[in-house]
Amino acid sequence: MKPWYETFEHGADIGIRGKGRTLEEAFSNGAKALFALMADLSTIEPQKEIQVECTAPDRETLFMVWLNQLIALADIEKMVLSEFNLTIRNNNLTAVARGESIDPQKHDLGVEVKGATFTMLRVFREAGYFVAQCVVDV
Amino acid sequence: MEIKSLKKINDFLWELPPLGEMRVPGLIFASQKLVEEMDEKVREQVTNVACLPGIVHASIAMPDAHWGYGFPIGGVAAFDPEEGGIISAGGVGFDISCGVRTLTTGLTKDEIMPSLERLIAKIFQVVPAGVGSEGKIRLTPAQIDDVLAGGAKWALDKGYGLPEDLGYIEEGGYVTWADPKQVSDLAKKRQFREVGTLGSGNHYLEIQHVFEIYDAEAAEALGIKKDDILIAIHCGSRALGHQIGTDYLVTLAQASKKYNIPIRERELVCAPINSPEGKRYFGAVGAGINCALANRQVISHLTREAVYEIIPQAKLEMLFDVSHNTCKVEEHVVDGKKRRLYVHRKGSTRAFGPGRPEIPPGFRSIGQPVFIGGTMGTCSFILVGTEFGTEQAFGSACHGAGRSMSRKRATKTWRGDTVIKDLSAKGIIIRTRSYRGVAEEAPGAYKDVVEVVNAAHQAGLAKKVAMVKPLACVKG
Repeated sequence: MKPWYETFEHGADIGIRGKGRTLEEAFSNGAKALFALMADLSTIEPQKEIQVECTAPDRETLFMVWLNQLIALADIEKMVLSEFNLTIRNNNLTAVARGESIDPQKHDLGVEVKGATFTMLRVFREAGYFVAQCVVDV
Repeated sequence: MEIKSLKKINDFLWELPPLGEMRVPGLIFASQKLVEEMDEKVREQVTNVACLPGIVHASIAMPDAHWGYGFPIGGVAAFDPEEGGIISAGGVGFDISCGVRTLTTGLTKDEIMPSLERLIAKIFQVVPAGVGSEGKIRLTPAQIDDVLAGGAKWALDKGYGLPEDLGYIEEGGYVTWADPKQVSDLAKKRQFREVGTLGSGNHYLEIQHVFEIYDAEAAEALGIKKDDILIAIHCGSRALGHQIGTDYLVTLAQASKKYNIPIRERELVCAPINSPEGKRYFGAVGAGINCALANRQVISHLTREAVYEIIPQAKLEMLFDVSHNTCKVEEHVVDGKKRRLYVHRKGSTRAFGPGRPEIPPGFRSIGQPVFIGGTMGTCSFILVGTEFGTEQAFGSACHGAGRSMSRKRATKTWRGDTVIKDLSAKGIIIRTRSYRGVAEEAPGAYKDVVEVVNAAHQAGLAKKVAMVKPLACVKG
């Protein structure tokens, strides 16, 4: 079976993709793919949490908005995140994200992500699973 | 890109004829080899931009053009507000006013070599770089508005830099039309601790030596000689610019619907320049530009302090500061008529030819200096703008080499520590907090900058003045 989160090729930047049995799990795994670009997820301990709320006109835009909220909030707190528990009702998303303060010695840092984009943005069903993806600008 | 569908104007200029909904032709300035290597997506994006309301002259692609967000990266287009012209987030991008500033040092290669290790270590210590790095400056909400209104002048007023620096920055160090009110609180909050930080990805601070001079007269005017040491700083508007990009994608998507502008790619969302939404976005872009100019000014100051501590006889002076991802109002002559246009440059540099009043007086007879960055293992170039480029491409040139390999594939191909070891064997010192970042930015992951710069030179967009090579580099 393919991994639950992964990256995919894009010319100048990189795509991120999350899969799950539910829409929430796909969004959660999409967020893991995002933060895996910034740091090694296995080194991040869930010491602090962030509350996230967002809404969008459709679930594809919601995925992009969700990722952009996480980028902004993690940046303000100077954190990297690795755990995401969320619920989605009628394109309204509430979530708790957990992680810890950035430590270059501990987290095997990668690159900052400037933003999640509309490029290759898709949320779809495949073989019984939900898949959420987009290209991010790094 | 399939070359057959293009009309060859000359060896370095190719036209996409205006078909269907295209209001103007597409113009691609590149060698046949570079055009053939370009993604088909570049053709699609050049075509899409050519369909936007109010576009004048042409939808333009630079020699390093590649698949971007709405506009190609390396895309240039100008819009006339009097003809329903638009302003688009796709034409500016997420890293507003990302750019390169180069400083002269008054040192030669022989003079710096004994201190090079210590110097780059000191710079690495004082210039924050990499994921999550914070600057020493802490700002309140009121103070951030001063940064967004004042740009490099704000930094100067706070003691970062010398008054003469401002004359060698586009717009004299800040744009007057910036409107901090149009920037969200979230964007401002993200910037409170990020003024004076380098960022990550392809951002860098590099100590370079002038390896070869191509144009002695221009080099003399710029004050550079063979073996001179220069310091180049590549970074942008940090989180504030990113957040403006994110915020306005949503605002402009709504505006495109409201004003019935057909959108052929979602990132091309836009608003008429004269609409409230268009004016708000333009004011926010101005604030983003000033944020980037302030950022590079503070980093220059930190660099000066570091250099003076290690080599007291050095003298760091501004050569010039160019911006890449911008929308600016400029006067251009199109079809024999002087017009006030909103020029979008996404991943391309302003490169005004001789005589333009925007160029510092000392450089006005040779054209605006342009820096085209290569990779940390190869070389970069200094050029000057041309009259031809000003007439045909709104005074624009390419901004870098452009990637030839995706980040994903680069990290599978190289290891950061090996790249650093290989570069060290070539005499280039790399300092970084991210080995992964270095692997993604490995020299082999980029197109040949020499090919790209030669195409810009031969196409007439800009004229080569000098080649510089890296000696030491802080990678973001």
